[in-house]
Amino acid sequence: MNSSVSASEAQPTATAKLQQELASQAVGVTLRAVTKKYGSFTAVENISLDIPAGSYTCLLGPSGCGKTTTLRMIAGHEDITSGELLIGDRRVNDLPPTQRNTAMMFQNYALFPHKTVWENVEFGLKMRNLPKAERIQRVDEILEIVGLTKFAQRKPAKLSGGQQQRAALARALVTRPQVLLLDEPLSALDENLRVRTRSELRKLQKQFGMTFIQVTHGQDEAFALSDQIVVMDHGRIDQIGTPEQIFQMPASRFVARFVGDNNIFVGKISDVLQGNQYAILRLDVDGIGSFLCRGQAADLGMTAACCVRSDSMTMTPYPPTDPTLPNQLTARVVAIEFTGYVTRVSLMVEATGAELTYKVRSHDWIANPVQEGQLVTLSWTTENCVFLSH
Amino acid sequence: MYKTWKGVQPYLLATPQTLVFLLFLIFPILMIGLVSFWEFNGYTMVPGFTLSNYADVFTEVSLRTYLNTFKYVVLVWFFCLAIAFPVSYFLAFHIQNQKLQIILFLICTVPFWTSNIIRMISWIPVLGKEGLINSLLLNLNLVEQPVEWLLYSDFAVVLGMVHLYNFFMIAPIFNSMMRIDRNLITAAEDMGASGFQILKEVILPLTAPGIAIGSIFVVTLVMGEFITVRLMGGGQSASVGKLIQTQIGSLQYPLAAANAVVLLIVTLFLVAGILRVVDIRKEL
Repeated sequence: MNSSVSASEAQPTATAKLQQELASQAVGVTLRAVTKKYGSFTAVENISLDIPAGSYTCLLGPSGCGKTTTLRMIAGHEDITSGELLIGDRRVNDLPPTQRNTAMMFQNYALFPHKTVWENVEFGLKMRNLPKAERIQRVDEILEIVGLTKFAQRKPAKLSGGQQQRAALARALVTRPQVLLLDEPLSALDENLRVRTRSELRKLQKQFGMTFIQVTHGQDEAFALSDQIVVMDHGRIDQIGTPEQIFQMPASRFVARFVGDNNIFVGKISDVLQGNQYAILRLDVDGIGSFLCRGQAADLGMTAACCVRSDSMTMTPYPPTDPTLPNQLTARVVAIEFTGYVTRVSLMVEATGAELTYKVRSHDWIANPVQEGQLVTLSWTTENCVFLSH
Repeated sequence: MYKTWKGVQPYLLATPQTLVFLLFLIFPILMIGLVSFWEFNGYTMVPGFTLSNYADVFTEVSLRTYLNTFKYVVLVWFFCLAIAFPVSYFLAFHIQNQKLQIILFLICTVPFWTSNIIRMISWIPVLGKEGLINSLLLNLNLVEQPVEWLLYSDFAVVLGMVHLYNFFMIAPIFNSMMRIDRNLITAAEDMGASGFQILKEVILPLTAPGIAIGSIFVVTLVMGEFITVRLMGGGQSASVGKLIQTQIGSLQYPLAAANAVVLLIVTLFLVAGILRVVDIRKEL
C-alpha cells in the first residue's frame, strides 16, 4: 500500500520533467521524392510527405502497400534508393539508426527474451555508454511512467500482452527520441485491450508532445489516433489528410473503398458547374441515374467516379416523389443485417446488378422498417456525394 | 472394461521401450557395477568383493590417462565450438535464401555418409610421412624432413575427433540461431548496438542453450573415445576409452569395469556442470 502511494506521488514530477524534455525537442519529418527499389520491384515510389513536429501521423494501407518500408526507411533500417529524408532540418539519408534520434517500436515488440524488463529498457542507454547512475535513474523513471515498476525484474514471457506493449514503449522512450516510429504496435493485442491501449498511446503522445509515426492497416485505429493520415497503395500515397477529411472527402476510389461503407458509382462527366466552395460535376451513370457531386474542375466526357457514404443516404418508399431530381436511384432490398447500434441494408439496382449498402441507426430502422424484396428510393444531397478523380 | 483398458493402455504402450532400457542399458550398467568389485586371478574374473580395482584406477598411470582424456575433451570442444559457431552464424544470418540454407546445412552432414573408421583411415594418406601434406611441403622445399607430428600424435587425434564431432556442435547451434527473432537484431541495431554488441548481448545469450547441447554431445562422445585415439594416435596417445579397451583385450574385466564406472561418473559430472551453467529446457 505504501509503495503504491509513494509511486503515485513521484509520478507527476518524473512525468513532468520528461514531458518538458521530450516536447521541447520534438521535430518533424520530411520525405522528398523518396523511392525504394528492391531490384526491379519498386516498393515505394516517389513519395513526398511532411510530418509536422509533435503530430501523430498514421501510414494507412493494406499489406504490401509500402507503409512499413516507408517507416523502416525513416528509422534507417532500409536504404533509400533515391530522394531525400529529413528529420528536423537534418538530411539523414546516410545516417545509421542511432544517429537519427528516432526510436522504433516493433510489431510483437521484439523484447529481448533473455533480459528482464529492466535490462530491456536499459539496453539502448547501455549501448550509448551512459554512466550507470544515469541509466538507473532513467530506467526507473520511465518504468514508473508506464507503470511497470513492479514488473521490472520479470522476463518478457512473464508479462501480459498489455504489459509487454508498455515495456516496449518504455524501451523506445528511454533514449528520449525526437521521433517515435511504431510498427503496428497494437496488432498483437485482443480487441478490448487494443481499444484501451490505443487511447493510452494517444494520451501519451499528447502528454509528451512527441512526433509519432505509426504504421497500421486498420482505419479505425488510424481514425482514432491520428492528426494526419497518409493512405498508401501500391507504393504511392493516395491521400494525405485529417481523419475527417479522409472520412468525408476520399480522394480516390481506393481510399473510398479502403475506408469502407462507401457506395461507388462510375460514369461520365456530362456537366461542370461552379458552386460556392467547390465545383459541382454531373456524373451520368449508365442505367442508374445522374448524380451531382462535389469536387474539383474536370474535363467533360471523362470517365470518373463518385462515392456516397452508406450512412448519408435517405431511404424512401418507391416511387420517388419527383423522378426528375438528381441524386436518387431505385433499388431492391436484398438483405437486412442487424448489427446492434446500426442496421446494414444490402440493395441491388435491378437494371445493372450494381450492389449498394445503406446504413441506418437501428433505432430509426425499427421505427420505420422495410421488408426484404421491396423496391425503395435512395437519395442524398450533393454535399454528401464526393467526386473521385481516379 | 473400457475404463480398465484406458487406464492400462499408456503403460502397455511404454512397456517395450522400458524393457529395452532395462535389458540393454540398466542391466548392463548394473552388471558393470557389480563386476567392478570382483576379483581377477590373472586369467579370469572371480565373483567376490574387492576395492582393489578402484585402487588401481587411482594410480598415477591411470590418472594421467584421465588427464590426457580431459585434454582431448577441452581441445576438441574448443575447436568444435570455434568452427561450429561461425559456420552456424554464417548459415543462419548471412544466407538469406532458405533453399540454399538447407542445402548448405545438408552439406555439413555429408561426412556422415561414410563410417567413422573409413573417415579416420582416409586421413592417413593426407597426414602420413609420405602423405599429401608432407610431399607438398617437401616439394616446395619448406621442410627438409617430413613433419612427423602430423600423424600418430595428439594433433592427429584432436584433428580426427574435431572432424568426427563437429556436426554435433553445428546442428544445435544452428537450430538455436534459427529460432532467434530477426526483429530482435533490428531492435538492437535501432538502439545503437554495434555488430559485436549484438553478438554479445543478443545472439550469444540466445544461442547458449544450443552451445550447451552441442557441448554435451561433444564432451560425452570424446570422453568415451577409443577408435580415433587408436587409429590417429598410433601407440602414442592414451585415453580412458582406449585403456578400458586394452584391459578388456587382456581379459581384466573387473578392472575395465571399475574404470568404466569411474568414467561414467566423471562424464555425468561434466554434463551436470554444463547444465548448471546453461538452462537448456526452452530448447527441448
